[in-house]
Amino acid sequence: MTRRVVILGGGTGGTLVANRLRRMTDEASVDIVVVDRDDRHIYQPGLLFVPFGTTRPESLVRPRSAQLAKGVTYRLDTVDQVDLDARTVAMSSGDRLGYDVLVIATGAELMPEETEGLTGPGWLKNVFTFYSLDGASALARALDSFDGGRLAVNVVDMPIKCPVAPLEFAFLADAYFRRRGIRDRVELSLVTPLDGAFTKPIASATLGGMFEERGINLVTEYNTGEVDSSAGRLVSYDGREEDFDLAVVVPVHGGSAWVGRSDGLGDPLNFVPTDEQTLQSMARPEVFVLGDAADVRASKAGSVAHFEGHVLCENVRAHLAGEAPSARYDGHANCFIETGAGRALLIDFNYETEPMPGRYPGRIGLPLLAESRTNHVAKRLFEQFYWHVLLPGRDVPGIGADMPMAGKVPAPMPASSLAGKER
Amino acid sequence: MPTIMVDGQEIEVDEGGFFVHPDQWTEEMAPELARTAGVGELNEEHRRVIKFMREEYFAKGTGPTVRALGLSSGVPVKRLYELFPKGPAKLAARIAGIPKPRGCI
Ligand SMILES: Cc1cc2nc3c(=O)[nH]c(=O)nc-3n(C[C@H](O)[C@H](O)[C@H](O)COP(=O)(O)OP(=O)(O)OC[C@H]3O[C@@H](n4cnc5c(N)ncnc54)[C@H](O)[C@@H]3O)c2cc1C
Repeated sequence: MTRRVVILGGGTGGTLVANRLRRMTDEASVDIVVVDRDDRHIYQPGLLFVPFGTTRPESLVRPRSAQLAKGVTYRLDTVDQVDLDARTVAMSSGDRLGYDVLVIATGAELMPEETEGLTGPGWLKNVFTFYSLDGASALARALDSFDGGRLAVNVVDMPIKCPVAPLEFAFLADAYFRRRGIRDRVELSLVTPLDGAFTKPIASATLGGMFEERGINLVTEYNTGEVDSSAGRLVSYDGREEDFDLAVVVPVHGGSAWVGRSDGLGDPLNFVPTDEQTLQSMARPEVFVLGDAADVRASKAGSVAHFEGHVLCENVRAHLAGEAPSARYDGHANCFIETGAGRALLIDFNYETEPMPGRYPGRIGLPLLAESRTNHVAKRLFEQFYWHVLLPGRDVPGIGADMPMAGKVPAPMPASSLAGKER
Repeated sequence: MPTIMVDGQEIEVDEGGFFVHPDQWTEEMAPELARTAGVGELNEEHRRVIKFMREEYFAKGTGPTVRALGLSSGVPVKRLYELFPKGPAKLAARIAGIPKPRGCI
């Protein structure tokens, strides 16, 4: 009897799971179907470089179908809703698809319309985002003609994809204006709802120091209530105002809308409550979730989807074989943080362990929590790694799903940050 | 761990003043906790939010973020800031006797 695994979303997580699972299962007994609403796979980490003219937008896009292994069926359709009891997916074309195992990988959506004034008259004129391809391209033109004034980088609310990207944007903007010789005419600030530069105390302290060095203002615990583009002003819910000439806003995120239409599956933000270790949805054992769509404590990042993918595939295999899922995701995440002028920093952490100094993946490796040129080069090489190793779902020698401790140098927690420590 | 006295009871709290053991909380403690948090007299709306925070905590292991609170409690975010100026999720969590909402990373 052939069984069917339906994967919703053919982005980072969906693609790598489809390819990996295809190698782990027999084509005669397991069908693998990937559903996505378009055929343009965007390398999202590359969006960061588009506004500064160092990456061409179209170079980040490849056909989704071409990233899928032979033996994986690709369906171009939009998911409308899932019936968990009947185990069917209803598409907006009217088609219905039954499944034995469902993998949810529909990611997160930008919801700029949720913030008052954000998509008003100033949208794409003096208010931009670099979180979409169109937004990043429009911002490139605006930055090109920006000769001085106040530039506010604003994160409206968490969670967002790649929580370090707004920091990187601020660092790159600083370097960009220096290169153009107009840094002294630009007032640069990061306006964030967090109580520091980042959520993790040790990394937050290091990064906070880097803001000071570069003369970038850090405005914290700021909950944006309104973007008034005509007055050039952000207004927080508690009445604080931040003036801008150019605002670069990361809009609030939510899960894909179909989740909200599927009874018993999602939370109020349309993310999917998920067992943070087995990656099964809380709703049903045959429904698995990875990447930005899941509500687990890990960051919404491609590296997370990558490490989760290993665990998820093993647990899907076990489920199909009638075994209990035994693989456990430990919350492992890592990310390169561009700090400008050809340097970058790397952080590596999991549910329980903070980012700390040292090297990754072992004693001889990339420097952690320290700026270096190697990290920058590694970040740019990551694009090739993404298309040729990560998406095909290959194993990389020396890089497993679990966070490695070898090479890390435990550092004491900065005392000042203990009050804000996450549980 | 520091402790505070509320309604004649000694309560263990974390560095941010959040309850370590939500079970120690009683409804009678709310008015006093509200005063120390600078929220003032509690009305029906405040109480509804506080009750909701506790329900969410016991169902999900963490209190909701402001946005989720606005979407699911029926009290709009703008109003939440009027009720609990300076951070509804944090203040309501403190008054509701639950740990600091995990927020998101
Ligand atoms: C500016 C920026 C910079 C980033 N930088 C980094 C970085 O440096 N490092 C890093 O690790 N991560 C980074 N990320 C995050 C990373 O790109 C995401 O976390 C990752 O792509 C998540 O994978 P996913 O599979 O969950 O979602 P996605 O890759 O977004 O895929 C979701 C897919 O679901 C499809 N879909 C959604 N709804 C439906 C529907 N109803 N029907 C059919 N299909 C649907 C979408 O079309 C999409 O293809 C960055 C993101 C951004 C925006």
